[in-house]
Amino acid sequence: MKHLLSIDDIDRDFAITILDTAAEMARVSEGSVKKLPTLRGKTVVNLFAEDSTRTRISFEAAAKRLSADVINFSAKGSSISKGESLKDTALTLQALGADAVVIRHPASGAAHQLAQGRWINGTVINAGDGTHEHPSQALLDAYTIRKHLKNGSGDLQDLHIAIVGDILHSRVARSNVLLLTKLGARVTLVAPPTLLPYEAEKWPVSISYNFDSVLPTVDAVIMLRIQQERMSDLYFPNAHEYSTLFGIDLERLSLTKPGSILMHPGPMNRGLEISAEAADSPQSVVVEQVANGVSIRMAILYLFIAGSQVQG
Amino acid sequence: MTTQSILIKSGAILAGDKKDLYIENGVIAEIGTNLSKNADITIEADGLVLLPGFVDLHTHLREPGRENAETIETGSKAAAKGGYVAVSAMANTLPVADSAAIVEQVASIGKIVGLVDVFPIGAVTKGLAGEELADLGSMARSKAAVRVFSDDGNCVSDPLLMRRALEYVKQFDGVIAQHAQDPRLTEGSQMNEGVISSTLGLKGWPAVAEESIIARDILLANMVGSKLHICHVTTAVGVEIIRWAKSQGMAVTAEVTPHHLLLTDESAKSYDPIYKVNPPLRSQSDVEALRAGLADGTIDIIGTDHAPHPVESKECEWQNAAFGMVGLETAFPILYTTLIKSGAISWQRAAEVMSLTPAKIAGYSSHGRPIAVGEPAHLAVIDPKGTTVVDRALLVSKSKNTPFHGMEFSGTVVATIFAGRLTHKVGE
Repeated sequence: MKHLLSIDDIDRDFAITILDTAAEMARVSEGSVKKLPTLRGKTVVNLFAEDSTRTRISFEAAAKRLSADVINFSAKGSSISKGESLKDTALTLQALGADAVVIRHPASGAAHQLAQGRWINGTVINAGDGTHEHPSQALLDAYTIRKHLKNGSGDLQDLHIAIVGDILHSRVARSNVLLLTKLGARVTLVAPPTLLPYEAEKWPVSISYNFDSVLPTVDAVIMLRIQQERMSDLYFPNAHEYSTLFGIDLERLSLTKPGSILMHPGPMNRGLEISAEAADSPQSVVVEQVANGVSIRMAILYLFIAGSQVQG
Repeated sequence: MTTQSILIKSGAILAGDKKDLYIENGVIAEIGTNLSKNADITIEADGLVLLPGFVDLHTHLREPGRENAETIETGSKAAAKGGYVAVSAMANTLPVADSAAIVEQVASIGKIVGLVDVFPIGAVTKGLAGEELADLGSMARSKAAVRVFSDDGNCVSDPLLMRRALEYVKQFDGVIAQHAQDPRLTEGSQMNEGVISSTLGLKGWPAVAEESIIARDILLANMVGSKLHICHVTTAVGVEIIRWAKSQGMAVTAEVTPHHLLLTDESAKSYDPIYKVNPPLRSQSDVEALRAGLADGTIDIIGTDHAPHPVESKECEWQNAAFGMVGLETAFPILYTTLIKSGAISWQRAAEVMSLTPAKIAGYSSHGRPIAVGEPAHLAVIDPKGTTVVDRALLVSKSKNTPFHGMEFSGTVVATIFAGRLTHKVGE
């Protein structure tokens, strides 16, 4: 396995290997010397053709802790913003000798196209492509869930996880549906019908329009960000109604069982899909997700770049 | 224009009896057995099938304005190679073919090239903007004598404007060829809406965006008593609506493209924009409904929707890529492989969908004629035992955006005769 483009690219056992490796990486990060020499001499390019803060710095921190040389290539002010094609950008990265490209791109499928091998030879890690997938986010979510609810080992068998909000436009939701079900969890999508993808009932998930009815049985709730531009696009009547029906606050949170956790991939719209009190509640693991993100990305870079020979 | 004499030996007319044909001065001069003629060219056609030369009602030749993708000359060459003797040049050029001057220019360049008859299609609305009628009457009365009008690429979505267009073209027996696509339901759409688009995160193109316009326009055309042609039908429900309309005696004709008879939205999983096309590739059940519709007469014709694009328009992200695929050079082998070979449609029906009916719909009176003495010599010579392996490098179209690269089809177009002249011969 060379590229991480979709959760479809990894099987259950390898997903668990990534989570286990991330746990080891977390121990490194907790030590006094936070660096491993694993990727010394390797060049990792962060190609971010779309604004992103947390994912980019997370991958950057991960690569640096593995001693890789990191080149950041961001949309703003770069040739991408001047209309350079993905092909030409890729050829440039190839000429720079990138061993791996971490790509965030507004077009669904951009990572797949980069990985076809026609333009570059290096490993491609999808850091979010359009409304398609965001595999590293799903892996860090699974890691976080496993840590809290499965003592940090094995799979997610028998857990019930709700993903709530704008499923239609969410790459996080798509990757999570694939990964969490692969790991044995039961997934319920909670959203107004307008924000569910067409024929989502063909996915291996349950679908509910009633958030309150789902909450008592869930072990983890993943809230998704509502983009401001959805308001003007007829998906729901107004922010207040959305918030009332599909937002989470302390009252709703009280419907969950003890020990369940509240997650959000960020950035949060406090007061819209999540109340400030809920975001800061003891059940919220939002900040921890960020820390886990670095460990997961270290594991991904390690396994897909340094470990590419051992996996065959 | 120099004339040739051509002797075709032992060709099976519509796969029937083997006959010799002698062609002289652009017409079929004699049909018989063991004809002894001193012809300029002799074609040994034993084992080959003779069909009336093909007529395409849906061709993008890109000239004027987008000659980097195709020219009337390169498009004509591609057509001849595919067995075509007439093509209909869609109006979405730069400038748009919405005036007599442009359609006359296109027709006149077509004549100079002289490989096929190039019949310009006029825009329905000025600049394809969907706001006001183009110079329909002037185009009809021009030397190009336009009878088919289409905003193809865009839908004439305003129902009142569509009604007026249908009514207006009655005065010169015109037909409106509608690209059925509700624009509001397809804003930003990238591929067929279904579980595949949902999983790929590509914005869906609902079937109903096409079907609702088909239904609306059939009712409008019936009300005003005008002629409606539905371009590139792609959905099972669309076929069903047309079947119903025909059962009610309503005047509507419909076309299907070769690619919609073969490919499905599964191909988008590669994210290769070579499969990006408007209207989009649909599901396998839609493909089967289209094949059945073509076989039972619900769908009248094959239209290629030959849509050349330069490399850079396809070598990019899916959402930024151009819609369309080239199709003139591969149309017949696909029809043969999907429907004729299995016997799902007869050779007679093949002649109808490739030649007779498109010529009739558009009023191209010298085309789609029977293969008989005294008729214009427009012929496609087919080898049903031949194999066509598509190689994009060997396409004569200026653009190479074929989704069929590397695929193997049964049936080859061995030769094309246009107005008594050999315009294509395999290996030459």
